[in-house]
Order: sequence, then structure tokens, then C-alpha cells
Amino acid sequence: MTTTSTSSIGGADAETAVRIAGLRRTFGDRNVLDGLELTIRGGEFVALLGASGSGKTTLLRILGALDGADEGEVLVPPARTIVFQEPRLVPSKKVLANVTVALPRGAATRERARTALAEVGLERHADAWPGTLSGGEAQRVALARALVREPELLLLDEPFAALDALTRLRMQDLVAELCRAHRPAVLLVTHDVDEAVRLADRVCVLRDGRLITDEPVTVDRPRDPGDPAFAELRHRLLADLGVHAATRTPLPSGVN
Amino acid sequence: MTAPTVPAAPTVPAASEASTAPTALVRPRPPRVRPRRPGHTAALRALGPLVLLAAWWVASATGVLTADVLASPAQVIDAVGELWGNGQLPDALATSLTRSGVGLVIGLTTGLVLGVVTGFTRLGDELLDSSVQTLRTIPFLSLVPLFMVWFGINETAKILLIAVATTFPMYVSTYGGVRGADRKLVEAMRSFGMGRLAIVREVVLPGALPSLLAGLRLSMTLSVIALIAAEEINATAGIGYLMAQAQSYARTDVLAVCILVYGLLGLTADALVRLLERALMPWRTAGQGGAPR
Repeated sequence: MTTTSTSSIGGADAETAVRIAGLRRTFGDRNVLDGLELTIRGGEFVALLGASGSGKTTLLRILGALDGADEGEVLVPPARTIVFQEPRLVPSKKVLANVTVALPRGAATRERARTALAEVGLERHADAWPGTLSGGEAQRVALARALVREPELLLLDEPFAALDALTRLRMQDLVAELCRAHRPAVLLVTHDVDEAVRLADRVCVLRDGRLITDEPVTVDRPRDPGDPAFAELRHRLLADLGVHAATRTPLPSGVN
Repeated sequence: MTAPTVPAAPTVPAASEASTAPTALVRPRPPRVRPRRPGHTAALRALGPLVLLAAWWVASATGVLTADVLASPAQVIDAVGELWGNGQLPDALATSLTRSGVGLVIGLTTGLVLGVVTGFTRLGDELLDSSVQTLRTIPFLSLVPLFMVWFGINETAKILLIAVATTFPMYVSTYGGVRGADRKLVEAMRSFGMGRLAIVREVVLPGALPSLLAGLRLSMTLSVIALIAAEEINATAGIGYLMAQAQSYARTDVLAVCILVYGLLGLTADALVRLLERALMPWRTAGQGGAPR
């Protein structure tokens, strides 16, 4: 179990994007989040791993102001956006209008939205209905909709889970590239260890309501699953999640 | 009959080439969409009414249907010419259409607003729904005497009767459609900072459009029914007045004209909603599965 230095609550840090202290959330008589501590710096990409039902989506929903906390302090930047597991596009709006949703109308907004669509490679689909898009395209529109708001905190709630394996790899590269360009603080909630290690600057594992692991990813980029450091970290994270990886993936000799 | 050598062989009637294929394979047969000539649908739709008309004609010509029961089509056509020529029918039509139109607009607006308020806000649901549901069970025809006492026998009573009758179908449909709005979509829009009014206007109402149009259909039908009820009472103009007069002179040809006019009004209303469906929901035909029709 590792815990990186989390700055204290009182300590003013201009670079801090998210600060969570003593967070508790209770459903019935179960503490889904129980005294959770987490700090994310500006521009940092944090992946949050956890088994299903471990409360990782609950944490993301609290950060996105979709759910309330029962106890503890949560500080987030004012500009934050969410990419959900499903695209959640309005079927009665064309793609461009879906990107500019709830933004002030005008030519400038539309121009920004077109730029965002171009960034995700969908500038030619601006006038399409959401119903005509494939799953990957729809999720890219959702990504453009999140980015056009220039968030300081980008919340990704298993955004690749519903995609096929090939599309998922392409989307991961796209997200990595866009986050490098825009530098928002990112919290990626996922249950895919490989995805977390590929993308994140830091990985956390949520279990029993708190982070049992919180460590920087030191694997050299571009990250290759064949890299011994990658495999070693994956092995450790899977063990934290209660899966014994040695039986599932053959590890290079010398590791473990 | 020879005993089968392979016990579990599928019995597919294309076994002649079984020597080349390992098992009897079949070609997938997708549903075939037959190309139709443009006028085809319209012709089929017109067939039913035309058969009815022909039956009427034959019954009148052979003397099965006598003129004191129901006038023959030829007499009805003559009556249309007469009523149109002396200006009675256009005047009556204009008066009746104005009444049902104004009443319908008031009723639809009230139903829509009430439905959105109760369907989208919990406070509205708690405050209003039970009272509206109670009012809804009152047959609007039973309000006729009360409205006459309140408003007299002027236009207000007639228009309000139509408005009351058309409010409730629209209310129930709107309430259902708004209730069925995609919660996840609404949550997502809220997370992007969309206000409540904008959510209703841009997400909830477009999603509820199929229900709203169903409500519109029901309300349009009821507006004609309420129109008849309203015009039966002391009207001095309108289709109902024309009917009341025809009744006292036993003019079955004029009565038939009025009934046909009511029927045509219903048909026009239906065609209007069909057009609206196509114009208002262009996204429904896009994407996989395509149009429901």
C-alpha cells in the first residue's frame, strides 16, 4: 500500500484541481465511500480502478455534482465536464447542436464546436443525426462536447467500456492526445487495468470505501504492455483488485 | 421409406446438393421490400371509402334505402350544390371551424402546460395531478347545462366546452410523454449547465413528441364531438344549426351533407397530424431500423 504525499486541507496550492478529504457516502447501511482522501493536480491524469460496486462511479458523480456527499470536504474547479459510459446525445439535435448544447448561441460557439469536432475527426458529421452514428463516433461527439467547454477537470466515467476492442484502443490514443493538448485534470474511472496503466500519470485503486493504492505510473511512454515495468504494475494492480494475474497472463521471468 | 442414417440431420428441403455441402445449408432470406408505384398507397387508402360510397349508391338506386331514411348520393350532391350556392354551407363551415379551432388551441395549450408542469416537477405532480385526474373523469357533456347557466348561450360557452373537452387527452398524453423522458439524458444536460426551461424545450418535449402527437389526434377528434354537442344547444349559425334545421324539415339530404362534412373534418385533422409527424421528427427516420413505417 502506497500513499503519495497529499497536501493538507489548509495548504493553499494554486496547482491543485481536486481536493477530497474525509469523504463519506452511505447507501442504506453500507459506506460506499468511507473517509476517502484524494488530491489531483492541474493537468494530472489520474485513473481510478475498482471492482464493480466499489463506489468509483459514485465518487465521479460527487465530483461532477450529480450526487451529494454525506460527510467530508470536496473541492473542484468550476469548469468541469463529464463523458459518460453511454454517449447520451440528444436524438432530436444534430451533431453540431449536441456539441454546443447549453452554450450561448452564436457563430463563435459554432466555430469552436466545429474545431472540437475536427479534433475528434468528425468535422464531416456536423450535420448528421446522432442516430446515424456508430458507437465510437457517438462517443467521440460526447468527447467533443466535453472538450468544447474547456474544462479544468475532465471526468471520464468508463467512456470506452461500451466500445469494441479496436475502437477502444483508438479512442484511448485520441483521449491521451487531446488531454496532452488541453491539459485538464482528468479522473478516469475504469475497471480495465491495461487502460489505466496506458493512459494515466497516476493510478488509484478503490476498495472498501478508500484508496488502497495511489501511486504514480513510472512506465516509459509510449507504454507497451510487453514492457516488464508495465506488466509488473498491472500484476500488482490486479492483485489489489483481488485478481491473481499470474494465472491469467504469463509474466516475463524475473518479475514477481 | 428408408431409415435415416444420420440421426440428427436437419430436414431442409434442399438436400439435392448434399454431396457437395457438408450439411444442408440454406440461404438467409431477408424480408423483401417490394418497390411500389407512387400512387399505389393512395389508391389502397381510397379503396375502403369508395366501396362504402358504391354500396350506398347501389342501395339507394335499387330502392333498399328510401329517401325518407337516407337521401341518395345524387340528392346529397345536389344539396351540397344548393347549400354552397346560397352561401349557407361556407358560412356554417367558417363559424364551426373557428369555434373548434379556438377551443382546440385553448385546450391544447392548457393540457400541454399542465402536463409539462406535473410531469416534470414533483411539486406540480403533488399539487395538481390528483385534481386534474378528478376533473378528467367528469363527462364534458354533463357540463353543458352548467356552462349555459354561467355563460349564457353565446360563443364563450361553446368555445369553453370544446376547450375543456380537448384539455384532458392532451394532458394525459403530455404527462405520460414527459414522464417517459430519458432520465440519463436529462442528467447529462443538467451536468453541462442547461437550465430547466431549456431542458424541457430542447430535450424533454422533442422526446415526448410521439406522445404529444397522439394527444393532438385524440384532442382533434374530441374537438369535433364537442363542437356537435355545443352546436346542438341554441346555435344560430354553424354546421350544428344547419343540422337542427334540416332535422325539423326532415331533409335527410342536408343531414347527410352535414355528417359527411364532420367526417371530412376528422379525415383532414388526421392527415394534418401525419404531415406534422413527418415534419417535426426528422431524426426518427435516420439511423438503423429506419422509419417505423
